[in-house]
This record gives sequence, structure tokens and C-alpha cells, in this order.
Amino acid sequence: MIGFQTLFYKEVLRFWKVAAQTVAAPVLTAMLYLLIFGHVLQDHVQVFPGVKYTAFLVPGLIMMSVLQNAFANSSSSLIQSKITGNLVFVLLPPLSHWELFGAYVGAAVLRGAMVGSGVFLITAWFAKLSFVAPWWILLFGLLGAGILGTLGLVAGIWADKFDQLAAFQNFLIMPLTFLSGVFYSIHSLPGFWQDISRFNPFFYMIDGFRYGFFGQSDVAPLHSFAVVCGFFLLVAAFAVYLLKSGYKLRH
Amino acid sequence: MAAIQITNVEKRYRSLRALDGVSLTIEEGEFFGLLGPNGAGKTTLISILAGLNRANAGSVSVHGHDVVSEYRAARRLLGVVPQELVFDPFFTVRETLRLQSGYFGLKNNDAWIDEVMHHLNLTNKANANMRALSGGMKRRVLVAQALVHKPPVIVLDEPTAGVDVELRQTLWQFVGRLNHEGHTVVLTTHYLEEAQALCNRIAMLKAGKLVALDSTANLIHRISGSQLTLRLAPGNRLPDVLKPLVSHPDQLLGGNQYILRVNDVAEVEPILAKLREGRVVIEDMQLQQADLEDVFIQIMEREK
Repeated sequence: MIGFQTLFYKEVLRFWKVAAQTVAAPVLTAMLYLLIFGHVLQDHVQVFPGVKYTAFLVPGLIMMSVLQNAFANSSSSLIQSKITGNLVFVLLPPLSHWELFGAYVGAAVLRGAMVGSGVFLITAWFAKLSFVAPWWILLFGLLGAGILGTLGLVAGIWADKFDQLAAFQNFLIMPLTFLSGVFYSIHSLPGFWQDISRFNPFFYMIDGFRYGFFGQSDVAPLHSFAVVCGFFLLVAAFAVYLLKSGYKLRH
Repeated sequence: MAAIQITNVEKRYRSLRALDGVSLTIEEGEFFGLLGPNGAGKTTLISILAGLNRANAGSVSVHGHDVVSEYRAARRLLGVVPQELVFDPFFTVRETLRLQSGYFGLKNNDAWIDEVMHHLNLTNKANANMRALSGGMKRRVLVAQALVHKPPVIVLDEPTAGVDVELRQTLWQFVGRLNHEGHTVVLTTHYLEEAQALCNRIAMLKAGKLVALDSTANLIHRISGSQLTLRLAPGNRLPDVLKPLVSHPDQLLGGNQYILRVNDVAEVEPILAKLREGRVVIEDMQLQQADLEDVFIQIMEREK
């Protein structure tokens, strides 16, 4: 247990020592999104009845920041350690694959939660939010961060170079995030794209998260919860399998 | 019980056999040398022992614990100094050592961390960031990281490659002390005089195969006699009659120097007589006992 605690602490210290880059910068980026999109679309778009577009946007931006930063934390830590060679310090001790998984993903979730809280605190000034079901907010936030932290771990294990990791991020994570309903409701899409969106697990994370604020969503929160839980278990099982097999780490 | 038991270990990288059925036993308390040219498989073998790599066949155990099925117990007993000069740029020396202690399940390990830093002359760098250290200092931290959990088996993979005399002396004093206290030490190095001075037993690997395994003394006794190094004046050549005695045909020394094998001192005078007959002028001459380097070269050439 001390091994896990130490690795978790090291992973947290790693991003906290450069918090301006890992926590403050994403909060600023999210605020810029809100200012620009909120200003341009405020009077033109209303997604849910009685909810202003700026308010609609806030949960999506919070969740997007949580997801992107959770992914960035585990993936960048692992790839940096692999490329600089200092991953050996983690591979030599008697740390189990469960401890490695828990520490990397746990730190990713924490960074996601810190950035998400920062985005919330800043953007709350610009929009009037309600909190219909706060437990759903917490649950979807943590699960979403856990999924992306795990995907970051998988990407970090798989990638041998920074550009491979960037490809994973730019061609998979970014499109899935942007096309998940951060800036819109999927009901505003044509039928075909609505159907496609339902295959995107990120859509359920954001939709369920947003339900916690407004009590309104594109699909029922329990349905989203089931999909998100299932997806988490799937990617977590895959990541633990990779760690246990030593794929690309112990070769 | 053996400190390290290696049984029929094979490692293949596509068509390359990096390790080809290596078996050896290292007893507790030994100072063991693992020698071989680059690419012989030394680091691969150490990586398999440390769990950084997996063998395709065979098994390795540390104090009876298999490095795959009982990896936690095996790794607790091992302290490995990797060959590459790696470090984590986010942390200071003390943070690095505390983290490494924690990975091995140790809390409040500062007393031992301070002692290790003291013995490796790192104390005044304790709060320096790893990025700010020189190569030699980073190497010391790597050694300290391997020792934070007081492992009974210490593996040093070319720890003195490219480091200054002071660190070598500091390192060997400290590791020597640990060996006297009962720690098993496994060393790979290209500095054969170091291996000869420190190791009580030596294994030699070539192209993934074990080609020699014996006590250092026995290995050196395999080559009886001495070697006579001659430096001839410019324009002088070794007489043909003496050429069969040249021990290193590739002439590592270059120029006009020759190493001749002699069984004893009595054989030197006839050689000098032949040189006088040929009116060869000698600039310098040395007579040396055979050492581990001679054995190493002989074994590696024999295995070609």
C-alpha cells in the first residue's frame, strides 16, 4: 500500500510542481471558450427550455477540461518516463499492476477534478447555474476522469514517441470530445449524426454530467451511467491487462 | 540457498538469440563479475533478473523467489543500478531517494538515506534538483536509489562507465563494505582490472552463451606465464623468428609495439639475444604477469 501511495503522491507532485501549465492554463482556455462562444451564441441558441446558452455551455466545458486533463496527465507522465528512461524507477520496485494502474489513474482523476473545479469557479461568474442532482455531477465527473486517465495510460503504454501520442490525442480523443455535445445538444443534429453520436461513449459522460446541473438531458441519466460504467470497466480491464503482460514496458 | 539462480534462460529478438540457454548460480555473499563484449547479453540477463524484460524460456530466481511468479518478493531483495544515466527532472536528490524508498514500501527511511548519501558524497547535493547535477553526481544518485531498501543482492550494470576516479573509489569502498556485511554483489564492467580486483568469481558471456565460469584466481591461472611488451625504435621491425610469440596479433597498442608471450623470466634473455642479432633497437620494455584481460581476450578469441 505504501508503494501505491508513494507513486500516487509522485504523480500528483509531478503535475503540481508545474501547476501553472497543468492546472491554471486549462482553466484559462476554458474561460476563453466560454467568453467567445457564450458571447457569439448567447442570443441565438437555446438548447434546453429556460436554460441560457452560456449556462448550457458551462457543464460541457467543465467536463471537457476534466477529460482532456485527465488524459494528458497519465499519458504525458508515462511517455516522458519511457522516453527519458526513468520509468525504470517504477518498474524495478515490487509494485503490482494494480498499484501502477491505481496510482496513474488516481492522479489523473485528481488533476481532472482540480482543473474541473477551477473551470467551475471561474465560469460560475459568467452564468447562472442550478444543481438539480449534485451526486450525478460528482459521479459522472469522476468516472469520466477515470476513463480518460485510463485511456491516457493505454496511450502512454502504446506510444513509443511523442508524435504517436499526439496522434492518439488529436485523432481519437479530441474528435470524440468535441463531437460529444460539449457545445450543443445532439437533438440539434440531423438524424444520422444523432445515431452516430450514440456510439460515442464521451457523449454519455457529458450528457449525464449536464443532467446533474439542469435535470435535463438527451438520454436518461441511468442509461448514461450504465454506458459510462461499462466503458470504464472495459478500458480499465484492458489497461490492467497491458500492465500485467508488460506490453511495451517490460520487453 | 543461492542468491541468484539462472536456469537455461533464453531470449530471442526475432532471429537474434540474445541469450542462448544460460545457466549459472551466484551464492550469497559473492562479489560476482559478469563480463563480455558489447552485445554479449549481459544487460539482457540483468534485465530479466530485474523484471525489466521477460525470458522466452528458462527461469531466474532471487533467494529462491521466481522473478516472474513471485516478482514482489524477488524485487524486494534486489537493488539494480541501471546502465543508462537516467533521472527524473521534477525532483531533488532527497525527493528522488524518498520516493524510491516508498516504492519499496518504506516510510521514514531518512536515517538510511542520509547514510547512503554520506557514503556516496551526496550530502551537500541533497536539496539540488536532479537536472542541476553533473553526470558523475547523477550516477551516484542512481547507486543510492538502488540501495535505499538495503537489498541483500546488489546488481551494478557498468556503474563506472565514464565516471571519474573519485567516484570509482567512493563507490568501490561503499560497495565493498556492503559485500563484507553479507550483501551479494553482481557487477558488469568493461574495466577488467576492476573486475579482477573486486570479484571473487567471474562469468563470461559471448553472443548469448556462457563461455567461462570460474573463480577469478582460477581464470588467471589458465594462462601461465607473463607477457613481454616491447617498444622498438622507429624503423625497426620484429625479427620473423619472434613473430610466433606475439600474443595479440591485432596489435591494440599500434605503432612499433609488440606483446610477446613468455612462460618465465628465463625466456626473456633468448628473445633479447635474437633482437641483438637482428640489430633491433629497443626503446622500452616491460614484463608483466598475465591478468584477467589476457584471459578475457584469449577466451573471446577461442570462441570466435
